[in-house]
Amino acid sequence: MKIDHSQPLEYSTGQNNLNIFGFWIFLGAEIMLFATLFTTFFTLEHRTGNGPTGAEIFEITPVLIETILLLTSSFVIGLGIHAMRLGNKKAMITFFSITLLLGLGFLGFEIFEFVHYVHIGAGLQTSAFTASLLTTLGTHGAHVTFGLFWGLSIILQVKKRGLTPETANKSFIFSLYWHFLDVVWIFIFSFIYLKGMM
Amino acid sequence: MEFFERFAIPHPSPVIYASMVVIALTVIAIIAGLTYFKKWGYLWREWLTTVDHKRIGLMYLISALLMLFRGGVDAIMMRAQLAAPDNKLLDAQHYNEIFTTHGVVMIIFMAMPFIFAFMNYIVPLQIGARDVAFPRLNAISFWLFFMGAMLFNISFVIGGSPDAGWTSYFPLAGNEFSESVGTNYYMIAIQISGLGSLMTGINMITTIMKMRAPGMTMMKMPMFTWATLVANLIIVTVFPVLTVALAMGTMDRLFATNFFTSANGGMDMLWANLFWVWGHPEVYILILPAFGIYSEIISTFSSKNLYGYKSMVASMVIISVLSCLVWAHHFFTMGQGAASNSFFSITTMAIAVPTGVKIFNWLFTMWRGKIRFTVPMLYSIGFIPLFTIGGVTGVMLAMSAADYQYHNTMFLVAHFHNTIIPGVVFAMLAGLTYYWPKMFGFMLNERIGKWTFWLLSIGFVLAFFPMYITGLDGQARRMYTYSEATGFGTLNMISFIGAGIMAIAFALIVYNVYYSIRYSPRDIGSDPWDARTLEWATNTPVPEYNFAISPQVNSIQPFWDAKKKGHVLFPDKLDKIHMPNNSGMPFILCSIFFVWGFSFVFAIWPLVILSTIGIFACLALRSFEKDHGRYISVEEVKETEEKTGGAKL
Repeated sequence: MKIDHSQPLEYSTGQNNLNIFGFWIFLGAEIMLFATLFTTFFTLEHRTGNGPTGAEIFEITPVLIETILLLTSSFVIGLGIHAMRLGNKKAMITFFSITLLLGLGFLGFEIFEFVHYVHIGAGLQTSAFTASLLTTLGTHGAHVTFGLFWGLSIILQVKKRGLTPETANKSFIFSLYWHFLDVVWIFIFSFIYLKGMM
Repeated sequence: MEFFERFAIPHPSPVIYASMVVIALTVIAIIAGLTYFKKWGYLWREWLTTVDHKRIGLMYLISALLMLFRGGVDAIMMRAQLAAPDNKLLDAQHYNEIFTTHGVVMIIFMAMPFIFAFMNYIVPLQIGARDVAFPRLNAISFWLFFMGAMLFNISFVIGGSPDAGWTSYFPLAGNEFSESVGTNYYMIAIQISGLGSLMTGINMITTIMKMRAPGMTMMKMPMFTWATLVANLIIVTVFPVLTVALAMGTMDRLFATNFFTSANGGMDMLWANLFWVWGHPEVYILILPAFGIYSEIISTFSSKNLYGYKSMVASMVIISVLSCLVWAHHFFTMGQGAASNSFFSITTMAIAVPTGVKIFNWLFTMWRGKIRFTVPMLYSIGFIPLFTIGGVTGVMLAMSAADYQYHNTMFLVAHFHNTIIPGVVFAMLAGLTYYWPKMFGFMLNERIGKWTFWLLSIGFVLAFFPMYITGLDGQARRMYTYSEATGFGTLNMISFIGAGIMAIAFALIVYNVYYSIRYSPRDIGSDPWDARTLEWATNTPVPEYNFAISPQVNSIQPFWDAKKKGHVLFPDKLDKIHMPNNSGMPFILCSIFFVWGFSFVFAIWPLVILSTIGIFACLALRSFEKDHGRYISVEEVKETEEKTGGAKL
C-alpha cells in the first residue's frame, strides 16, 4: 500500500480516501432516512387518537440534559481527532472514552424517558403520534447504541495497534458518524420537543 | 405440532403441492450433483467467497434470469386465467397472490439484479479500474439481494404468498385484511434486498467518482457509466424512504402500531405516499441504466460516436431530479386537491421532454451511420418506437382529469408494461447478447437471437396492446375474472396468445445459450463487435485484475482512438498489482440475515434475537480482522496476459 505522508494519516492511502468518501455518501442516505422519519412525524404529529399530545408528555429537564450530554460528546470527539492528528495516542483514547461515556449517559436518560412515556400511557401502540415519536427517537437512540459498540471496538484497536493509517481512518469515520448523530439530535430537539411543547 | 401449524399454506392447491415436490427434488438434485462431481470446494472458493466484481456480476445475472422465469410463470398463469370470461382456472385468492408476486419478483428480484449485473460487470471495466471501491461490501450487497429473493420465493410453499398487490396499500395490507404471513414476507424480504441495493449505490458512486482511469474526466465517461452514476444517486436518495416505510409497515403488522391503520390516528395514505416516493424513482433507477446500454449499443453498431453526449448527460440528470417530484400521479383519484394534482400532472408531463431528447439523440446517432443489424441493435431499434408509444400513453395518464377514466384499469397495466418491457427487458436482453462474448468468450447465435427478437416483439404487441382497448372500455386491473357480457373475451384471448408467444421467445433464449455453448466458435478475440469503449480493451476472458496496466484516456471512446487513430492506451510499465482477498464472511453474514428475516416473518422471537446477535458478531469480527489484500507479481501478470491473448501490454 502506498502511503502519502503529505496527507493526514486518515487520508494517507487510496483506500482510506475511498472509505471516507463512501461514508459521506452513506451519511447522505442517513439524512434521507431521518428526513423520512421527520416527515412521518410531522404528518402524524396531531393525530393523537385517544392518547396524549406532545405538549402533555414532553418535559424539558431530561431532554435538556440529553442535549447537553450529546453536544458535549460531539465536542470531545473533535478534541479526540485533533489529538489523533497530533499523534498523541493517549490523549486520543482518553477523549474517545469520554465521548462514549457521555453517549452512554445520553442513552441512559433516553431509556429513562421511554420508560416514563410508557408508564404514563404513551406507548408504541397508543396512537399514530406516539408510534412516530418513539420510532424517530428510537432510530436515533439505536444509532447511538450502535455507535457505542463501534467506538469501543475502535478504541481497543487503537490501543492494540497504535495510530496506523487504518485505525486513524476508522477513528475519523467514526467521528463523522458521531457528529452526524449530534446534528440529527439538534433537529429532534428543535422540531420535535421544543415545537411540541409550544 | 402447534408450532409447525403456522408454516402451513392458508389456501393450498394441487399446483402448490406439486411445486413443493419440484422444489424439494431440485434441492436434492443440486446437493447430490455437487457432491457427486465434488464441486463443493469449487463452489465455495470460486463463487460463494468471491469479491471479484465480474463474478458477482455473473451471479446477479444468473439470479435475474431465474427470477425472470419465476415471474414469467406468474404472468402466464394470470393471462391464462383471464383468457376467457368466467374462467375457473384460478380462484380469487390465488390470482391475488400471483399478481402480487409477479410484480414484486419482476421489479425487485428480476429487473434490479439484471441492471446490477451489468453495473458490476461493465462499469469497472469501462472506467479502467481493477475492482469496485469496496469489493467485500459488493459481495454483501449481492448476498443480501440473494437472501431477500430466496426468502420472498419460499413464501408460496411456507406460510402463504403476499396478496395485497406489489404496492401493498394499507389498510388492505394490514392485519385485518391480510391475515396470512404473506405480507410479512413482502415487508421483510424487500427490506433485506433493499439494504443490499443501498450498499451497491454507495459502492458504485464511490467507484465512479474516485476510481476512473487517468485522463477520464466526468465528461469523458462512457454513457453507461454516466447512467449508472445517476441511477445510483437515485438509489441512495430514495431507498432509505422505502426502508422507513417497510419498517413502519412491519411494525403495524407485528407490533400493532398505528402508522397506517384506520384507528388511533393512523393514516393509510401515508403509506401510499412513502411507497411511491420510492416507487416512482425506482422505475427510473431501472430505465436509466437501460438507456445507457442502448447508448453503447447504438453507437457501436452505427459505427459512430454518440450524438449529443452533453445533452444525453443533462437529460439524465434532469430525469433523475424530476423522478423524485412526480410520485402523487399514482393516486390522482385518491382525494388530493386540484392544486396538488395539477402540480404532479405538470411535473410528470415534463419528464417527456428530456426523454424525448434522448430518443432524438439515438435517432441522430443512427443517421448516416453504417448500421449493422445485429441482435443487440435489433432490440435497440425495436425499443425506440415501442417505448415511445409507452411514453405517449404515459403522458395521457399524466393528465389528472383524464386519469379518472384510466385509473386502475388495464390501460395502466398496458402502459407500464409498454415502458418496462421494451425499455428495460429489451435493454437487458440486448446487453446480454452484446456483453456475452466479453463474459464467456463466445457469441450467442445470431439467427436464433433474431428469431427471439421478432417473436418477443410480436408477442409483446399482441399481449399488451389489446389491454389499452379493454382498459378504456373499463376492464379493471387485478380483477380475477369478468363476465361474458363485458365483451372483453376476444381481446383477452389475443393477450393470452401474445403471452404464449413471449414465453416461446424466452424459451428460445435458453435454447440459444445451449446451442451456442455447443457450436459457437471460440476464436473471436477480445473485441468481436468492433466496439469503442474501454471494456473491450481487456483480454477475454477478463483476468481478475482487469487491466495489466492502467489505461490512459483521451476521449469518450479511447479504445476506438487506439484502434484507428494511434492513441497509446497503455503507456506505463507493468507493476505488481494489489488485489483484495476472498472472504466467506459476506455469505455467512447474509445467511444469518436469511434466518433473521424468516424468524421475523413468523415472529419467532428467540431466533430473531439469536440471529441479530449473529449479525453483529459478524460485523465485530470484520472490524477486528486484519486483511491487507495480496499482490500479484509482475511475472504472474505476464503469464496470465500471454495465456489470455497477450498484446495488451
